[in-house]
Amino acid sequence: MPRGMLGIEDLPRAEIEAILTRAKDFQPMQNHSFKRLDVLKGKMIVNLFYEASTRTRTSFEIAAKRLGADAISITAAGSSVSKGESLVDTLNTLAAMRPDAIVMRHAASGAPHFLARHLPTPIINAGDGTHEHPTQALLDARTILDQRPSLEGLRVAIIGDIIHSRVARSNIYLLSKFGVDIVLCGPAPLLPAELAGMAPGVRISHNIREAIRDADVIMMLRVQLERQHEAAFPAGEYFQFFGLRLEHLELARPNAIVMHPGPINRGREIASEVADSQVSVILNQVENGVAVRMAVLERILG
Amino acid sequence: MPKLLIRNGRVIDPANGRDEVADVLIRDGRIEAVGPGLSAGGAEILEAAGLVVAPGFIDMHAHLREPGFEHAETIETGCRAAAAGGFTSVCPMPNTAPVNDNPTVTRYIIERASRHACTNVFPVGAITAGSKGEALAEIGSMKQAGAVAISDDGLPVMNARVMRRAMETARSFGLPVIQHCEDLNLSAGGVMHEGMLSTRLGLRGIPGCAEDVIVARDILLAEDTGARYHVAHISTRRSLEMVAQAKAKGLAITCEATPHHISLSDATMPSYDSNYKMKPPLRSPEDVAAVADGIASGIVDAIATDHAPHPGSEKMQEFERCPFGIIGFETALGIALEVLYHSGKISLARLVALFTAGPAAILRLDRGTLSPGAAADVTIFDPERPWTYDLNKSLSKSRNSPYHGRTFRGGAAVTIVDGEVVWRRE
Repeated sequence: MPRGMLGIEDLPRAEIEAILTRAKDFQPMQNHSFKRLDVLKGKMIVNLFYEASTRTRTSFEIAAKRLGADAISITAAGSSVSKGESLVDTLNTLAAMRPDAIVMRHAASGAPHFLARHLPTPIINAGDGTHEHPTQALLDARTILDQRPSLEGLRVAIIGDIIHSRVARSNIYLLSKFGVDIVLCGPAPLLPAELAGMAPGVRISHNIREAIRDADVIMMLRVQLERQHEAAFPAGEYFQFFGLRLEHLELARPNAIVMHPGPINRGREIASEVADSQVSVILNQVENGVAVRMAVLERILG
Repeated sequence: MPKLLIRNGRVIDPANGRDEVADVLIRDGRIEAVGPGLSAGGAEILEAAGLVVAPGFIDMHAHLREPGFEHAETIETGCRAAAAGGFTSVCPMPNTAPVNDNPTVTRYIIERASRHACTNVFPVGAITAGSKGEALAEIGSMKQAGAVAISDDGLPVMNARVMRRAMETARSFGLPVIQHCEDLNLSAGGVMHEGMLSTRLGLRGIPGCAEDVIVARDILLAEDTGARYHVAHISTRRSLEMVAQAKAKGLAITCEATPHHISLSDATMPSYDSNYKMKPPLRSPEDVAAVADGIASGIVDAIATDHAPHPGSEKMQEFERCPFGIIGFETALGIALEVLYHSGKISLARLVALFTAGPAAILRLDRGTLSPGAAADVTIFDPERPWTYDLNKSLSKSRNSPYHGRTFRGGAAVTIVDGEVVWRRE
């Protein structure tokens, strides 16, 4: 078992399959009493969030607690980080308290990789900059598998600000390992040609209708205004060319599903009618967040 | 002053077209004679059989961090590290605090060097006041104080009109203009070469064209002004093509390459390792090959280290937050020998020229040669002996190098400045 989980890129397919299978056991329908398990009793997990997060941090906390672990959450504001302590010093301090794992979110790509080189503690990447968000890709795969027998042969369209998206990168790596046909779609400045070379089976389109045609899964990405350092695309035009609307859905395969990692911007990248429709599995994704993170924590710490 | 006879070495002096086994006699800090079988006449003897005896190496692009950043490096420590790399002359860039944009700072650096440096120090002055890219610095006065070139290294002059005025002024004072070619709008926020790797790693890229557009613009301005113009640390295939074209046209355009840009690419750098972060960034393998080929074909005039020390407290940070730059004095010769000479790309004489006659011609220094009467700056190196770089033993104050633990074939043996041995390998 690897020491932590830094990304999907280097995670073997068999490992992904094992996590997804185990996550099913932790889904609410399988286990409605939510009795606390004690597989991680006595373990201590530190959630270190240098970037604001609601759903990821909460679901890691719930996952840890359901497995019987002690979880404490530290956010950058109000900790020694805001007093100018460097990342290495903060982590050395935490490591000296001997947690069994550190779950970390950071605005800088590679921050958990940098720390993993200097710390013995397993580090679970809960999103690093514009690089990876491995547990999001795992929960997205779990959500797809709740609707489809397997990932093989599916066509998945990922639409939005791909270059700034860690969710997209982790999903591309994961889906590609299962032979999924992946179409990336977005404004040209946010979708450089290099992205097509990231993994086998990836192609690029700048036309949302073309991208959605025959798709089994439509993954919408949030327009990340906080990560765009320049006006790459006029905000007023975005929804017209890349926003997902009801009329697009008829181009997709029957029973196609629409996903979004949240938080959604209604009317910016996705129409309210789509977000709230039958085809949306956005809330299933949130539910699966806890189940998948339980499987990940159990695998790394159990 | 005692005499020194360097005996039986392979004397390579590109400026005089010499490459033969011979002796070099030094007296009173000057080269007295070069030739086979010189009589010692009471001189101290330095046996150099099997070694190359070359003019002292000149590093025309380095950062000594003094004044202002003495926690990273000082003139004293930097020059000691330079001597250990075989360098006898170092040209510190003006991005100190205060910026070397006036003769007081220029004289301060020269004065500190005369007391604390074991090598020669030839400062590069700023192009603009504070390197802000607006008003011109005191270029004529800095030249009088001892500056050998002007550059706003690291903060390239973005305004073409200012650059044109700087070139006109530099030409009138007989100084070359050195440009760190980077369009700051194209590179904004970038931390590594823009390409497949930056895309995978989720890091913002510095595209090759950020260098190319400034090289293109400046060559046009140099043609119009007649200035001598030098491209610092050239790193892309297209920039090399443009420099080659400008040279073919007879323009006074030169360029330098760093050891890291011929030995490391973005494809081989470990993910998020800040010891691989510098500007220009490590480019694609195609660019790396193009720079080495550019050296072989004669487009590149000099090898310069861009020695850029940073303390651990600054480098040990998230990749996108740590400063740019690596140290380079002690590894430059080892890398050049490996990539250029042992690979068969160039001769030893050409390699020596890149460290001596090449930079001396660009800066119009009366160094870089073993002509009788010249200052006795001599670099003696072993082109074959394997050695392993141990950063913990570096003479630099900083430790930011990607070459720790790397074994090189060949390196400096003895460094002589003005007739004095200032460094000798153990």
